[in-house]
Amino acid sequence: MATHEAHDHHHEQSFVEKYVFSQDHKMIAKQFLITGMIMGIIGVGMSMLFRLQLAWPDHSFPILETLLGKWAPDGVMDPNIYLALVTIHGTIMVFFVLTAGLSGTFSNLLIPLQIGARDMASGFINMLSYWFFFGSSIVMVISLFVESGPASAGWTVYPPLSALPQAIPGSGLGMTLWLVSMSLFIVSSLLGALNYIVTVLNLRTKGMSMTRLPLTIWAFFVTAILGVLSFPVLFSAALLLIFDRSMGTSFYLSDIMVAGELLSNQGGSPVLYQHLFWFLGHPEVYIILLPALGITSEVISTNARKPIFGYRAMVGSILAIAFLSFIVWGHHMFVTGMNPFLGSVFTFTTLLIAIPSAVKAFNYITTLWKGNLRLTPAMLFSIGLVSTFITGGLTGLILGDSALDINVHDTYFVVAHFHIVMGLSAIFGMFAGVYHWFPKMFGRRMIKSLGYVHFWVTFVTAYGVFFPMHFLGMAGLPRRYYTNTSFPMFDDLADINVMVSIFAIVGGIAQLVFIFNFFYSATRGKRASMNPWKSNTLEWTTPVEHIHGNWPGEIPEVHRWAYDYSKPGMEDDFVPQTVPIRENEVETGH
Amino acid sequence: METLLIIIVGILGVIAITQAVRVFELSAAVKGEDGADNENVTDKDNRNQGMLLLIFMVLLLGGFIAMVIGYKDTLLPVSASEHGVNVDNLWDISMWLIIVVFFITQPILFYFGYKFSGRKDRKAVYMEHNNRLEFIWTIVPAVVLAGLIIYGLSTWSNIMNPVLDENEDPMIVEIYAKQFAWTARYSGEDNQLGYANVRMIGGTNTLGVDPDDAASLDDVITTELHLPVNKPVLFKFRSQDVIHSAYMPHFRLQMNCVPGTKTQFMLTPTMTTEEMRVDPEMQAKVSRVNEIRGERGDEAWQFDYILLCNKICGSAHYNMQMKVVVESEEEYNKWMSEQKSFAELL
Repeated sequence: MATHEAHDHHHEQSFVEKYVFSQDHKMIAKQFLITGMIMGIIGVGMSMLFRLQLAWPDHSFPILETLLGKWAPDGVMDPNIYLALVTIHGTIMVFFVLTAGLSGTFSNLLIPLQIGARDMASGFINMLSYWFFFGSSIVMVISLFVESGPASAGWTVYPPLSALPQAIPGSGLGMTLWLVSMSLFIVSSLLGALNYIVTVLNLRTKGMSMTRLPLTIWAFFVTAILGVLSFPVLFSAALLLIFDRSMGTSFYLSDIMVAGELLSNQGGSPVLYQHLFWFLGHPEVYIILLPALGITSEVISTNARKPIFGYRAMVGSILAIAFLSFIVWGHHMFVTGMNPFLGSVFTFTTLLIAIPSAVKAFNYITTLWKGNLRLTPAMLFSIGLVSTFITGGLTGLILGDSALDINVHDTYFVVAHFHIVMGLSAIFGMFAGVYHWFPKMFGRRMIKSLGYVHFWVTFVTAYGVFFPMHFLGMAGLPRRYYTNTSFPMFDDLADINVMVSIFAIVGGIAQLVFIFNFFYSATRGKRASMNPWKSNTLEWTTPVEHIHGNWPGEIPEVHRWAYDYSKPGMEDDFVPQTVPIRENEVETGH
Repeated sequence: METLLIIIVGILGVIAITQAVRVFELSAAVKGEDGADNENVTDKDNRNQGMLLLIFMVLLLGGFIAMVIGYKDTLLPVSASEHGVNVDNLWDISMWLIIVVFFITQPILFYFGYKFSGRKDRKAVYMEHNNRLEFIWTIVPAVVLAGLIIYGLSTWSNIMNPVLDENEDPMIVEIYAKQFAWTARYSGEDNQLGYANVRMIGGTNTLGVDPDDAASLDDVITTELHLPVNKPVLFKFRSQDVIHSAYMPHFRLQMNCVPGTKTQFMLTPTMTTEEMRVDPEMQAKVSRVNEIRGERGDEAWQFDYILLCNKICGSAHYNMQMKVVVESEEEYNKWMSEQKSFAELL
């Protein structure tokens, strides 16, 4: 057969085939990760700049003029670039780092390895997915340098603000490039997601039933389904916005006079855009979060040396969260003047999500109970994730309640909530994944001590940045304000803002420890053994040196689920999935 | 406050440096030994990290309590509107609930991290599920949430469809938004707003009010919002250019202003500006603010209600505001009689 022939034929891959236009899922995973990290540096760097402005408005920072040029004359940021920075920070972190960087990296790396497949269903589509993402990143970065400034209508780019260059300079060429970049991004996401779904459904090795899949794969699989169902809707939202901007249509525009000019658009509704945007936007939260939760399930179970507690409930809650995530988008729109009855429906469905989320949190905690915890940096980040998931999830009970949302909508309370529950949890999941699977990616170990330093500084500063923001929101402070000095009622919040900014800057700089550790270990770290964490899953049965096709011989057969840690009657505290069930072994139904 | 921050940063810095030094020590100690296992976690690491988790837990809960005490005075004062009182009750109940859950789950999480930190001579318990436990923690949140949902929905529906006395018609006032200013249009004696559309904007007619509509003539356009206390007001929101959001935090009111459509919100203010100024919470806040302003050399601040824009709307979004005054009916009538009607304006 053709595949067999291709396999035997060990031709030398050229540099371009191996490292650039690679069709190997492991290399593509690394490409996603490193691109995501570079975008992350830009995104986090931007947040440090606007935190300078928020803590010390009117203060001159020469570095701002160096970096921002004409946008920061005499080292004081212009309001337009402030809005551009928050917009691009949000876009980059949500899409480029926590969607592509997280899903792209770990779905690619782990799906074939953990289900026992030689590669993705289509290596070529997988390669395309990365290169669309790369193109999208390049366009987004280029948009930072255009004359009229990058997009600056907030990461949600609500029209009419985003549709009208007269309303804000960032809605000129910068916004066009933003839309182009996002369109490429959506193509990348869809190609990736289709591949993940097909691979999980079709390429599982013998014995790998759906109920034996590691929770990571369940999470990636459901995430991919969410993406396939919701990203096209964002694409339509973007397309209609492009029409309104460039071709004179009126999907989102009606009865507008801006900068003294009366526009001819009539009949459109800006709220329509919000419906389309949040139909993606809310599932997007779980597109970001579920992979992080999947990674955490794996890392916690392996390092607690204990089966994940309530495997079926964990799968059930992933499915429940995914389903509910499609019928809650309206909670972003309680104060748009939407029919109050709809507000009631969305309040109801939104608060229901707390139930599967609570199940997940309790199951994680129970997995720790009476474990034999190996507190690796990955494990610490996972515990950190459970903590932020709880903290951020709880304030969701406030924001999801339409009556309460009225007064904190679009305030710093919201900023605190989603950064903790989605931003921190997801980034902690991503770090946990990197620390845990680094030996698999690079065949080397990361430096443990630097991992500890990185975790603790990140964890402390992350809470230090976002926890106080709840209080800013409860004082009524709106988000996306260039400065709070126009309102004396916010003057007593200046101290909090200074503290938040100091934490943000320290936390941001601390990421250099991670970046150093990453690149140093990738090239000079200590050689890893085949199964350094004594883990059960299939990826640890592949050789340390990557080979095309993953396993040198036959693909191993699976005989049990992934979580037989510390099983009584077994000599080791782990039993790889490839070990056949013994005659006298206690059956657990997996 | 700033000194405290500098101390915190200093401590973090020291921790970072000591840890970095440890790296060098450890790497020196094992030089020449079998490499990779050095990056494996030892019992000592587990002990240290477990202890740090415990310390973090104390910091997190302690930090939370410290912030509640420290920032109490900065928060919004008691609600100055009828529906706001209900919002605040719901808020308090929800807040207490989540604080209780926070104070139960976080300590358990970190304590487990400490208590079960690994030792070579120990083995974990094999426990893969427990239907009864899982049933409990599905049902308990479900029941609690059912209560919260019912309470939340009834509050929401009371806010959105308030019940008024039979012979009490709300006063209709339009709030008009454009980059970057607010304008109010009172419906006048007929309590009817004249037709308006951006296409009619021109000259002194900045809101595009139809001069041919009879209902327009007695409309009154102002740049300050005055409201009589304890009278229901039905706000109609309109925008000229992009989406704005009319946010009056002291009344627990917010509604977007959407170009091309009208939105609305009913408000009954219950405290006059004067009453709020003598509220003890507010006085504490004002004196604190003025202390800070004094240090900076800014003039002292006197409390006023405010309407601010809470939806990103352009470069001066951060400064789009309108003063709101709640006063007795006599004072309101006196103020209103000094305003020009739309007919006079033309």
